[in-house]
Amino acid sequence: MSAAQAFLNPRRWWRSKTPMYRRNYKWGLVFATPAFIGLAWFFAYPAIASIVYSFSNRTMTGAKTQWVGGTNYSGLFKDSEWWSSLGNTFYIMVLAVPIGIVVAVILALLLNLKVRGQSFYRTIFFLPSILPVVASGVVWLYVFNPQYGVLNNVLSWFGINGPGWLQDPNWAKPALVIFSVWGLGNLMVIMLAGLQEVPQDLQEQAMVDGANWWHRFWHVTVPFISPHLMFALITGVIAGFQYFTPVYVLTNGSGDPAGATMVSGVYLYQNAFQNFKVGYASAMAWVLFIIIAVCTALLFKLFGKRVYYGGE
Amino acid sequence: MLQSVLWRRLVEKIASHAILLAFSFCFFIPLLWMVLGAFKTPADLNATPVKWFTHDITWDNFSQGVQTFPMGRYVLNTLIIAVPSMIGAAVSSSFIAYGLARIDWPLRKPLFVVILATMMIPYYVTMVPLFQMFKAIGWVGTFLPLIAPHFFGVAFYVFLLRQFYMGIPRSLTDAARVDGVSEIGIWWRIVLPLSRPALAAVMLFQFLISWSDLLGPLLYLSNSNLYTVSLGLTYFRGEYATAFGPLMAVSAILIVPVAVVFFLAQRTFIQGITLSGIKE
Repeated sequence: MSAAQAFLNPRRWWRSKTPMYRRNYKWGLVFATPAFIGLAWFFAYPAIASIVYSFSNRTMTGAKTQWVGGTNYSGLFKDSEWWSSLGNTFYIMVLAVPIGIVVAVILALLLNLKVRGQSFYRTIFFLPSILPVVASGVVWLYVFNPQYGVLNNVLSWFGINGPGWLQDPNWAKPALVIFSVWGLGNLMVIMLAGLQEVPQDLQEQAMVDGANWWHRFWHVTVPFISPHLMFALITGVIAGFQYFTPVYVLTNGSGDPAGATMVSGVYLYQNAFQNFKVGYASAMAWVLFIIIAVCTALLFKLFGKRVYYGGE
Repeated sequence: MLQSVLWRRLVEKIASHAILLAFSFCFFIPLLWMVLGAFKTPADLNATPVKWFTHDITWDNFSQGVQTFPMGRYVLNTLIIAVPSMIGAAVSSSFIAYGLARIDWPLRKPLFVVILATMMIPYYVTMVPLFQMFKAIGWVGTFLPLIAPHFFGVAFYVFLLRQFYMGIPRSLTDAARVDGVSEIGIWWRIVLPLSRPALAAVMLFQFLISWSDLLGPLLYLSNSNLYTVSLGLTYFRGEYATAFGPLMAVSAILIVPVAVVFFLAQRTFIQGITLSGIKE
């Protein structure tokens, strides 16, 4: 009601409010102004524009733009390279996100034992996550090099004949997964924070009751860190669909070898900024957005009920 | 009985150290490999079987790398982007967060939800129209598209700082209000100084993001005089393909300062990430 009143007769509505309300309203607007400008400039306008572009054959070169209806979307459906880029994106994400979470939890659990040298270990595990991705990517190029790299050398200690990694279509994606998991420091810190919320007396009670470590982990620890796990899962999936820089650095953004590392983000970038197909790239962006939204909703549906938020 | 408990403790301790050391080895070896590689001669770099340590340590990789990689200019360019971005992001996000945390007005909740929702939108959706808009106003080829957006609040930092401000006792700001301090005065003189740790975390995050960003500079900077370190290194890597000596030397020069900053500011990092935690 009040919104309608404010709209129909703003002056009367304003006068009918208490001075406190008016004062707060004014200050609220003042503090929100940068947010309004930012939202309009960097989100509302470009988002609407990209919907509009996605139904046109707009290019970056200034050629005449025509409406093409849903052609971009149907073209995407038939574009085999798009499908394989989606497949590659899924492949990397489905491996990197769970492995990253599991390793982060293991490291956090170990660090939480309060072993001596905790800060030393924490530093080592955390450091990779804050290094510039391009610089660490270049380092990993050398690590992955099948002839001169250290990875295959270490594997050979165990009698394993390492693959060609970034030069081998079957091993390029696992290599990217390894590189991503290496940068899991943020996750580890989040899990470590989560572990602080596990009540110690509950752990001890479980131990007295004769629960083994796995039962204690699964029935006591996991419920208490479940919000953190959920957070890691959701942000991991959102970031996974936007995977770009590691591919760009490690395989020079060409999808080499043999298209094995062509992920959706790189494909979209190529279409927009190398082939100048703005309309087509915009359609891609929206399809990606819808996929992200659906995946997030599915994850909430699957796991949302099992997440335990304190005593509520 | 007591002995068996002690015995188990000892085994547990040794086992956890063994696992932690094994993981540390895996995590640290790429960086060790980089440092070792930076000092190797081409002959040692291309030796098969791989040579871990070398007797003739050389500085050639550094001099060669620095000669062809204009480090100083790239670092300066990156700082021209990173420093204003970091200040802009901290001040504007804090400003918005204060309104969301402390001022009771009808749009408070909806605005917060909308700001959070923008975090879900992938950058790709807005990337192309933004590029065209910046092109239309003549900003492509300048640092502005990489700096300006940070002056209107960054969703993640707004969220983080709002959580922090919700924890500042109301009595503190209410007292100032009664004394007739304006809302801007309360924000600037009371809330900002109180939120120093959270602001430090925000500035650190933003600095690192600007320092590491590749996609932004890739889109907006085509003149090699304006390259950032990340963008410059990408092209450098393209040219040098497998000349790992200079590549490792340059990477080391870029990585070591970040590592040092991290060692000095470890606490701020950890606090910041913990703050961003999931409560509420």
